[in-house]
Amino acid sequence: MTPMSASSEPWVGRPLQRFEDDALLRGEGRFLDDLSPVAHSYHAAVVRSQLAHARIEVDASAALDAPGVIGVLVGADVMALSRPFPAGIDSGVPQYATAIDTVRYVGEPIAVVVARDRYLAEDAAELVDVDYDQLDAVLDPVAAAAHPVHERDFAYGDVATAMAQADLVLRQTFHVPRFTCTPVECYAVVADWDATAGRLTTWANFQGPFTLHGVAAAALGLKGDHLRLLTPPDSGGSFGVKSSVFAYIVLMGLASRHLGVPVTWIEDRLEHLASSAAATGRTTEVEAGFTTDGRLIALRYDAIEDVGAYVRAPEPATLYRMHGSLSGAYTVPNVAVRNRVVLTNTQPSGLNRGFGGPQLYFGLERTMAIAARRLGIDPAELARRNLIPAEAMPYRTPSGALYDSGDYAACLDHALELADYAALRTQVEMARADGRLAGIGLACIVEPSISNMGYITLAQTADERALTLPKSGNAEGASISINPLGGITVRLATTPQGQGHRTVCAQVVADTLGCTPDDITVLSEMDTASVPWTVASGSYSSRFSGVAVGAVQAAALKLRAKIDAIRAHAGDDALSLRRVAGMAHWNPEGLPAGEEPGLSAVAFWAPPTLDPPDDEDRIASSASHGFIVDICAVDVDRETGEVRVLDYITVHDAGRLLNPLLADGQVMGGFTHGLAAALYERHVYDEWGNLMTASLVDYLTPTAPDIPALTIGHLSSPSPVTALGAKGIGEGNTMSAPVCVANAVADAIARDDVELPLTPPRVWQLLNGQGAT
Amino acid sequence: MTRITLTVNGRKVVEDVEPRLLLTDFLRHRLGLTGTHVGCEHGVCGACTVQLDTVSVRGCCLLAVQVDGSVVETVESLAGDDGLSPLQAAFKRHHALQCGFCTPGILIAAEDLLSRCDPSHEEIVDMLSGQLCRCTGYAPIVAAIEEARDERSRQRETGQ
Repeated sequence: MTPMSASSEPWVGRPLQRFEDDALLRGEGRFLDDLSPVAHSYHAAVVRSQLAHARIEVDASAALDAPGVIGVLVGADVMALSRPFPAGIDSGVPQYATAIDTVRYVGEPIAVVVARDRYLAEDAAELVDVDYDQLDAVLDPVAAAAHPVHERDFAYGDVATAMAQADLVLRQTFHVPRFTCTPVECYAVVADWDATAGRLTTWANFQGPFTLHGVAAAALGLKGDHLRLLTPPDSGGSFGVKSSVFAYIVLMGLASRHLGVPVTWIEDRLEHLASSAAATGRTTEVEAGFTTDGRLIALRYDAIEDVGAYVRAPEPATLYRMHGSLSGAYTVPNVAVRNRVVLTNTQPSGLNRGFGGPQLYFGLERTMAIAARRLGIDPAELARRNLIPAEAMPYRTPSGALYDSGDYAACLDHALELADYAALRTQVEMARADGRLAGIGLACIVEPSISNMGYITLAQTADERALTLPKSGNAEGASISINPLGGITVRLATTPQGQGHRTVCAQVVADTLGCTPDDITVLSEMDTASVPWTVASGSYSSRFSGVAVGAVQAAALKLRAKIDAIRAHAGDDALSLRRVAGMAHWNPEGLPAGEEPGLSAVAFWAPPTLDPPDDEDRIASSASHGFIVDICAVDVDRETGEVRVLDYITVHDAGRLLNPLLADGQVMGGFTHGLAAALYERHVYDEWGNLMTASLVDYLTPTAPDIPALTIGHLSSPSPVTALGAKGIGEGNTMSAPVCVANAVADAIARDDVELPLTPPRVWQLLNGQGAT
Repeated sequence: MTRITLTVNGRKVVEDVEPRLLLTDFLRHRLGLTGTHVGCEHGVCGACTVQLDTVSVRGCCLLAVQVDGSVVETVESLAGDDGLSPLQAAFKRHHALQCGFCTPGILIAAEDLLSRCDPSHEEIVDMLSGQLCRCTGYAPIVAAIEEARDERSRQRETGQ
């Protein structure tokens, strides 16, 4: 290494402040609506369904005559110019970019009005006449389960025998409602059709996965290289939600093509709440068999997944993302699941922070808490008796995940210590003696990261899979260029939305090239035409710290080898990077024999453990697995049903932390989304399918006064399967906090049938002997 | 069209606007001050908060014609020639922003509060109840504002 790095600690691992911050703090961020990437763009307003289910006839003639209007795109145009979106399963209900002759949820696009500015477009949108012939709406997913659009059974081990041998069999149904992470910036798309070349260029605050680029291209009937997708440097949060902007990339692309002008569409909040994406709703009957000494020996799930009105890609992925982790953090060897997907007349689902984790762990960890009470064993002790032991790592779960590393018992101990668990129990007993309703909750969850692109093929049988190309792995690309003056530019395909990828990549490259992060420019704006990417690129499944960093480091290592070779050839190990770059660019004749001129590297990296599903339907659904123990104490107001979280402790083992400042930021953010799901957030549709939570006045998100003090602890079991030993950390608390708080409330009010979100009216009803509504 | 004259970030501005033009659209798309963000356009999220004369207001709930004759300050006015303001620097130190979309509104609202009093922890948290952030969990934002408050009161005590 060069003298610069030999004398200093590695940059990776330091709580470096972010390079992203200065521009954002000065109001100089570059979000898509701050830019005009194409000149003379027109502006779109979307006409949306006001009914949950109806046949429609559209008359746009009055809108066409309105001032400033250049044209209107209606369903007939969409059907003529495009194809339905491909999805992981064929539900029999094709989805185009707009409704064609039938609307299936409130907010569904019906037409796009394009005008000189947004004000005029909205004026004209009011003039589009939609004649509705109302149909019955399906809103109850459990009733809809009689006619699922997808059903598969999986069994690992011998569940029936083990269940028959169990001393205690619990059976209870749990429901996780539909909620959405609501980034503060809504969707934004600019589309520019090139009629001569038959190509579409679009800018969007898309977040990946880039599988959805292929879905959009297929819907548009374009070859992959004819759909050029770019993202702006900044994106105002996503948490999964902005993956579904791909549907609007197609819609605005069609509008641009149909009308022959560039089209800009900036989604407003009402549109976002009604028709962007919300998490799936899941109703799960859990059957669990325990021995009297508290060993979980059999586990069976019967899951009904509400994906809304259409199975939109990448669904039914929410149902399969956690498939390898059906047994959670426990050694239970016998696991079975029946998965059913149903359609309801509500907005389609999509990625949402935690993606399948909150749905799985709410059932599993509530079951563990109920079992603890029934068996008379402290919940922490019950967890301890079932946690996968450190010496079993790496551990293959019954359904196929390979848990790469971890000491779960040590994390539990650390959490109990941070919580002062015995004292907390005493406090709760004293509060109860005073007549108050107090309780403690615990959740122990495995946080998977770096999704296997093959897990979605579990939606097919092994025989069906055998007829198609196998899918596996999760690869990322990156490039690093060193210009003739020695300037270093890194390009990423991770489409960040605030996670600080540029800063962490600068740390990684600085360590490898022996310079400082200040020396490095990291560009996170994506361009499918010029940035190295794969079908797996993007920000989701907490894959950045494991896989994207691997690609960046791999590119840096290639350059490092070349730099070292040039230095050796020049006989000067301390030759400055500027001189090396100058030689590579200006004097290729002077390079070592066989070295390419120039000084750039492209690299791809993938973890080695993500095989396609096997013939027994086992799947390593994720590459790395962090572990989380959450403990919280709550107080419930007997008069109002209000839940107050008094103390919240979370212990993470996310392997090696690349930047502890940013890692804690991810934990705090994930926790806040988890708390929101626990206490506040749910989309509510009335009996006709009208969205009752259609504004931020009605869709209640937590603000600063709602957030309890959070104590964060870290242990570190570096991952053996990621490049730098890091694991994902940003999603875990969205999986653990809802059920941890629910366990505490159940403990406080002595009811097993608590449901999310634990709003005051619901808790009050439970306190007053009424079931959940 | 209506002619309005106002001062924005210290500069005099004379523009002809349609009566229905929102202040946010005026600032962003007419004046190019894109630091003021739009998150909900119904006055809840606070991303559009700007300083109007002596108070911070929701830019999305005002029309440009309503600020005729006023002094408007946006996030672009906060940093000095020598870099970030103390509040901005505190945000950076505390990792009080991630995506940064809500940040301009929060900075304006916090500057407004700090200019009027020496707020307690509870007062800062209460003020933030009008600002939506989905990335940070708020705790680092509170810590950053408290640090800026303490720095201000130290400077006052040392007579600066």
